[in-house]
Amino acid sequence: MTLQYKTDEARVTATFRVSFQVQRSDRFILLGPSGCGKSTLLKAVGGFLQPVEGELMLRGERITRPGPSRMMVFQEFDQLLPWRTVRENVLFPLRSARGLSRGDANARADLYIEKVKLTKFADAYPHTLSGGMKQRVAIARGMAMEPDILLMDEPFAALDALTRRKMQEELLQLWEGTKMTILFVTHSIEEAVIVGNRILVLSPHPGQVRAELNSVPVSDPIGAKNLQDRISRLLFGEDNKVVSHG
Amino acid sequence: MADPMPGASNLSTSSPTPGNPTADRARLGIAVGADRPEFERDTSGSTAVGDVRQKLNPAERVWGFEIVRKSTIVLLLLLAWQWGALYYDNPLGLPTAWESHKALFDNLVPKFWEIKEWSWEAVKKACNQDNAPLLIMTYASIKLLLVGYAIGVLLACLLSVAATFTRIGRDFLETLTAMFSPLPAIALVPLALIWFGLGNPNAMIFVLIHSVMWPVALNMHSGFRASGTTLRMVGQNYGLGPFRFVAMILIPAAFPAILTGLKIGWAFGWRTLIAAELVFGVNGDQGGLGWFVFMNKNNQNTDAVFAGLLMVIFIGLLVENVIFRTVENKTVRKWGMQG
Repeated sequence: MTLQYKTDEARVTATFRVSFQVQRSDRFILLGPSGCGKSTLLKAVGGFLQPVEGELMLRGERITRPGPSRMMVFQEFDQLLPWRTVRENVLFPLRSARGLSRGDANARADLYIEKVKLTKFADAYPHTLSGGMKQRVAIARGMAMEPDILLMDEPFAALDALTRRKMQEELLQLWEGTKMTILFVTHSIEEAVIVGNRILVLSPHPGQVRAELNSVPVSDPIGAKNLQDRISRLLFGEDNKVVSHG
Repeated sequence: MADPMPGASNLSTSSPTPGNPTADRARLGIAVGADRPEFERDTSGSTAVGDVRQKLNPAERVWGFEIVRKSTIVLLLLLAWQWGALYYDNPLGLPTAWESHKALFDNLVPKFWEIKEWSWEAVKKACNQDNAPLLIMTYASIKLLLVGYAIGVLLACLLSVAATFTRIGRDFLETLTAMFSPLPAIALVPLALIWFGLGNPNAMIFVLIHSVMWPVALNMHSGFRASGTTLRMVGQNYGLGPFRFVAMILIPAAFPAILTGLKIGWAFGWRTLIAAELVFGVNGDQGGLGWFVFMNKNNQNTDAVFAGLLMVIFIGLLVENVIFRTVENKTVRKWGMQG
């Protein structure tokens, strides 16, 4: 699949003949430095833009436009609707896109709000929450829809290091409970190794596949370190050691 | 890796370093603890602070209400007016604040108490004399204003939605606003009178639509454009249809700008209406506030002229401080979209 986007002056090739396959219950990572088109790739899966070459299939059907089968968690904190409370934010797509009855939607929203530990803040408006809490609401909103695939575009990049670490662990716990298929974009090698089970390494300008690797379990810190070094060598050449992103 | 905190040794802070200050200093190559002894304190038994949450005294609390502060300003202005009018002593040019308010209340309601013989005709005459009471004049003005305002806002909404979704729609809106927004609505009144006929309320409604529509459309459109890309993508992600997308994502996301547009539109409409009534004296069958001012000027009732203007001011204050303020508190302020 090749993706291009137009600016005022030029047609820019973001990714060139990138091909990958995500299996059910994968935590599939798109990893690469900035400029490798990983976010553009994710937006294409979301249906926000069309590939100029090749195609995207979800369960044998071609992706042509955005839809609730591919819920997206964005990097920005302002992805929550400021005019709705936490519960209403989670409820809204359940009611309007899934068409659940009020009772079912309420029950499911409360369940997922509890999963992200925000029950106490269910009636709060987003502007009263911290950045980490907002991202948790966004994750709850995405997961509550139980989409075929959950798209996450560097959801923790704007968080501080401590919160980020905690959120990565919580995401893994949530995944344990739901076994949801996740497509996760990040530029942090460390995050990729922690969060993912399968990692697609992309090289920049334009984005091309450099490698596709299996990750190691969190319980194996030495294996994780080795994998990080390996990816680092793939991306930056021999001399570079892993630079921690925290 | 380079020094993780370049220049950190120049840092000074008034609170003790958290974590392990000794280790930090050792890493930065500073002699450990030589001139700065470490200490710990127990703050649990401290009573010197007193009440952490101290109550404000009554005066501070009263002054905390916006309405008290604003009323004080109005009161001071009224006093200045009264003093100035007494000083110049020219009731025909500048009646006192007291006389003007007296005229306001004298002219407010139909003078039913002056009716000697009660009949339907007499009641109608009291309401509809040449110099009709202020409330009836105000009602006549506001009725027209609301109709014009509603249609203007609706058209503005359609135009800006079209402008948001299509390029040609945007060009259309931008060209039209550039052409008509600077065109004073008052300048259209003679034309409207030719088209709709003298005394036809539709003439005034037409002019009102013109004065309301452009500022509202301009603000609405810029609000739509400024609403974050992320929020729009969220809306698309839900797979909302175009109607629900506009109603449930676009309009609330642009609400601060829309509200500004509505306020400006209201002010433009109100000004246009009063001015048109004043200059052309047309407004269906019952005059209107501007007409009231005009008539009293002709009769040299300067205090009643002031009463009419006061009425315009009161309505302005009411709409801004009660209606729009309430809407603001229930929407953009509650949502944290405006301070």
